[in-house]
Amino acid sequence: MSLLEIEKLSLNIGRIPILKDVDLTLDAGEVMGLVGESGSGKSMTAMAVMQLLPSVAKAMGRVRFDGIDILAAPEAAMCKLRGNEIGMVFQEPMTALNPVKTIGEQVAEGIRWHTGATRTDAEDHARKILDRVGLPEKSFPLSRYPHELSGGQRQRVVIAIACALRPKLLIADEPTTALDVVLQAQILDLLRDLVDENRMGLLLISHDLAVVTEMSDRVTVMRHGEVMETGETASTLSAQEHPYTRQLAQASMHVPARARIRGAEQPAHDLLKVEAVTRDYPGRRASLFRKPEPMRAVDDVSFSMKEGQSTALVGRSGCGKSTLARMILALDQPTGGAIHFMGEKLTSRDEAMLKPARRNMQVVFQDPYGSFNPRHKVERLVAEPLHTLEKQPQGAERRELVARALHEVGLKPADMDKYPHEFSGGQRQRLSIARAIITRPKLVVADEPVSALDVSIRAQILDLFADLNQRLGIAYLFITHDLSVARAITDDVMVMHDGRIVERGRTSDVLDNPQSEAARALVSASPDLRRAIAKKLQEQG
Amino acid sequence: MTIIADEPVPEPQPGFLALALRNRSFVVGALLTLFIAGMALLSFFWTPYDVTRLVVADRMLPLSSAHWFGTDQFGRDVLSMIMIGARASIAVALVAVVIGLGVGVPLGCWAAARGGIVDEVLMRFNDVVFAFPALLMAILITAIFGPSATNAVIAIGIFNIPVFARVARAGALAIWPREFILAARAAGKGKARITAEHILPNIANLLLVQGTIQFALGVLAEAGLSYVGLGVQPPMPSWGRMLFDAQPRMMVAPTLALFPGLAIVITVLGLNLLGDGVSDAIDPKLRRQR
Amino acid sequence: MTAYITKRLLIALVTILVASVIVFSMLEIVPGDPARVMLGMNATPEALQALRDQMGLDQPLLVRYFDWIGQLLVFDFGKSYTYNIPVRDLIAERVVVSLPLAIMALALSTLIAIPVGIFSAERRGRMADTLSMGAAQIGVAVPNFWFALLLVYVFAVWLRLVPAGGFPGWGAGAWPALKALILPAIALALPQAAILSRVTRSAMLDVLGEDYIRTARAKGMPRNVVLWHHALRNALIPVLTILGLQFAFLLAGTIIIENVFYLPGLGRLVFQAITQRDLIVVEGVVMLLVAVVVLVNLLVDLSYAVVDPRLRTSR
Repeated sequence: MSLLEIEKLSLNIGRIPILKDVDLTLDAGEVMGLVGESGSGKSMTAMAVMQLLPSVAKAMGRVRFDGIDILAAPEAAMCKLRGNEIGMVFQEPMTALNPVKTIGEQVAEGIRWHTGATRTDAEDHARKILDRVGLPEKSFPLSRYPHELSGGQRQRVVIAIACALRPKLLIADEPTTALDVVLQAQILDLLRDLVDENRMGLLLISHDLAVVTEMSDRVTVMRHGEVMETGETASTLSAQEHPYTRQLAQASMHVPARARIRGAEQPAHDLLKVEAVTRDYPGRRASLFRKPEPMRAVDDVSFSMKEGQSTALVGRSGCGKSTLARMILALDQPTGGAIHFMGEKLTSRDEAMLKPARRNMQVVFQDPYGSFNPRHKVERLVAEPLHTLEKQPQGAERRELVARALHEVGLKPADMDKYPHEFSGGQRQRLSIARAIITRPKLVVADEPVSALDVSIRAQILDLFADLNQRLGIAYLFITHDLSVARAITDDVMVMHDGRIVERGRTSDVLDNPQSEAARALVSASPDLRRAIAKKLQEQG
Repeated sequence: MTIIADEPVPEPQPGFLALALRNRSFVVGALLTLFIAGMALLSFFWTPYDVTRLVVADRMLPLSSAHWFGTDQFGRDVLSMIMIGARASIAVALVAVVIGLGVGVPLGCWAAARGGIVDEVLMRFNDVVFAFPALLMAILITAIFGPSATNAVIAIGIFNIPVFARVARAGALAIWPREFILAARAAGKGKARITAEHILPNIANLLLVQGTIQFALGVLAEAGLSYVGLGVQPPMPSWGRMLFDAQPRMMVAPTLALFPGLAIVITVLGLNLLGDGVSDAIDPKLRRQR
Repeated sequence: MTAYITKRLLIALVTILVASVIVFSMLEIVPGDPARVMLGMNATPEALQALRDQMGLDQPLLVRYFDWIGQLLVFDFGKSYTYNIPVRDLIAERVVVSLPLAIMALALSTLIAIPVGIFSAERRGRMADTLSMGAAQIGVAVPNFWFALLLVYVFAVWLRLVPAGGFPGWGAGAWPALKALILPAIALALPQAAILSRVTRSAMLDVLGEDYIRTARAKGMPRNVVLWHHALRNALIPVLTILGLQFAFLLAGTIIIENVFYLPGLGRLVFQAITQRDLIVVEGVVMLLVAVVVLVNLLVDLSYAVVDPRLRTSR
């Protein structure tokens, strides 16, 4: 008998089917990777095991944990299981902890509830488990509040809560998606060690095939609420017998076809020149009467870009890459230094003087949902940068330009009369690109443009970026934390760390043979599907 | 290979009106509000009796088929007075809301767009206004400048300004960091233009909901002022004044105090339900909770 | 923490200062000569001059303002024209009616509203929730003075349980005095309770949707423990804000309610002073009320820091 047995689990919310006949088994000490794109029902499967479904959800089928029929278990019995026999780690560490309770209280609470231990004993126990997850007493006393901890540290507290009583089963729902790659690698290591130490079963839910491959013994692929394929990790992913598994794997490793690398043969004059740029933010005030120490987000950064060149700016979260991008876009002013674009100085100019530069420099953002004013139609949204032209096209001429831009990104001209909420995430990112190219700019700054998208959509959007680069000669500054994106689409890469650019070179050179410590840390922490499969196969001999 | 991605396109969402009409609060609120507004409009053309004529013989009549709600101490028909009283309540509260919107929203948007010292000064001034008990100040203003409907409007309107300023500012501050605003700035648009094109349409819902709340509070405030004799002046009928006149006659004719009060309750209830309905229909987060 | 407290204290001080300028200038722009306004048309020139001297009306504006502020700081509000006794004594005499009334009303409204709000949130969508929120919706719409009239009719005129109005004074014993305050307190409290219960319910619902509630449930904590130990404290912050605002509301509400019940409190004092144009009394009482509101809001701000640890370390 397995530790967890899910048989023909179906789940409806109202009349909408969320899960259809899901089968899944997990043995003690085994790591099962549950992988799928958004809407595949992987989180709902986890919530069904925890019986933390929304009240409107109706579950049918059978879920047995350690011989207990979970779907039939009364709430009191589930309270005994949760946190004791089954622990759970969630995606969003920033909001997963109660802001008004200390971390000690929050870890000890479950211990006291399940074991009936005294406050002192529970606190001793909490102290031990916090030490174990890498939060030593010296810097992280029990009296710390969540807001005094970083995201990675908070996730460690959540893991401590989940693992405090050595549950038989640990469910981790996208535990590292909100963290940068270096933190991700640390948290995954911690989870792996805890599972080994306590012979826990781990159900690891992730959208990232590489992460799942690195971590799990077996893998289950889900799509639209159904299980597509289940099998032993290495063989499933190397054979790729199921067409959907193959599609996911191919999309994860997708590299757009690019006929020629631009930039190398280009004339020598610079499109963009950043000289000794620094940006300070006012720090947090310790007292009303003392001037706060400024925080340096960008520190003495210099680089230049040629026309048609595609450059990646990579680094951990908080390294200053988005701040730098905003200064290049003249949405923020540097504290020191200068930025030149097409020979014109951008810094300390007023808005009217910036218009010609803005025409030639556009932006694509990460969030396909937040990038558009929900109250305007596509025509108006995509036409917005036309504001930078001397003579602003109106009426038929404007529709003509919008139609052309939509066509270039693979959308229909008829789409211009729709509202943004009528499009899917990938289509919205196409709209975002259409808006960016409508004025035929020389440079597009793209801030994590594919990190909110599912892998197959991500591959399509990367193709589109590559295609536009080839056809229109647009230079890109790609800001990303995902090295596989940088590798797929850029010629050059700059590695940023603590506000400074610590390494720069051809993308393949830097990523294959990183020199600086920061770049080495990034490269070794980045999950890579090809590498992960090879390693798994090798382990099995 | 080419990748076939079959990302589902979102289902078409029902429009605001379709959602609103499915919402019980909205429908009931809209009906009550329309009923009172219709009554006020009708009173311009027709009332059961002429309230300017005092008929001594008909003083203090009980409820009857001729006088549904009875008559007052001057023999005036109470139903007719309530119909005309609706005008004063609606007019005073509505104009006060317009004052609040007209001054408060630009101030709030300005504070949000400029930030820094402008924001700080405006918000501190808001704190100052909030520190005055509004009704007390309204009484003071109307007493100093003379009791009249106009002064009541101004007094209530002044206290609507900081409310709308605060709502507009909070709404605008939530919109400013959004990516579509950055995109508009990258298109070279200035703060005023962005406020007009992007901020206002996105906070209009919030303002609408707050508008119904302030409208309802305005009706209550007008009734209170008229009750203490500082609002609409006799012989123009007003609900608050009718309650004041009814108070000493409670022993003999309690219904005189009943109907004007019910009229106030229905109006305020209708507006509040309408506001709840609108906010349910436009806020998907709240919609999920119900 | 100290930075937060210092900032709040400074804001409170500045608020009171600006408010004093507003009150002072408001009575300064009263149309006509204040002395004439107060004494009426038939006053003799001697009486007018005497009042002008007393109010210092012949001195420059700024001098008068700073004199006034200086007096306020030592609780000297001047002398009432109509009553011919110091305003301070008048206030002392009236505050023993208004303060117990406001406290009773606030306590009553809080004791009703917070349990009802929590209860409704817990039973969201069920019968009990629908009924109590329906009642709250109506409660918000009821003008308190009309509600007062209904209470008088039912409990005083019809059932004869309590007096219809008037105040026997605390000298007549605690019970008769309290009895006279029961109906006014209920009339003030219930509409406020309706608002507060709605705020409590929606604050609880917001908090119950948070991720950390799910974390607590995943720890195995039962629903009611999660509700009382995790949700309530987080929901308190918006509830406290409304409580602070309601205090200002209650103070203003006393003006009308004290008129309905003929209670000799501060509200009635200031209302009569306004109608009798006793500007000195008006100035004094308004400043006092503003100061109380600012003080209460300061206390609310400081209590945030007790509830929310984030305010203690940052800002």
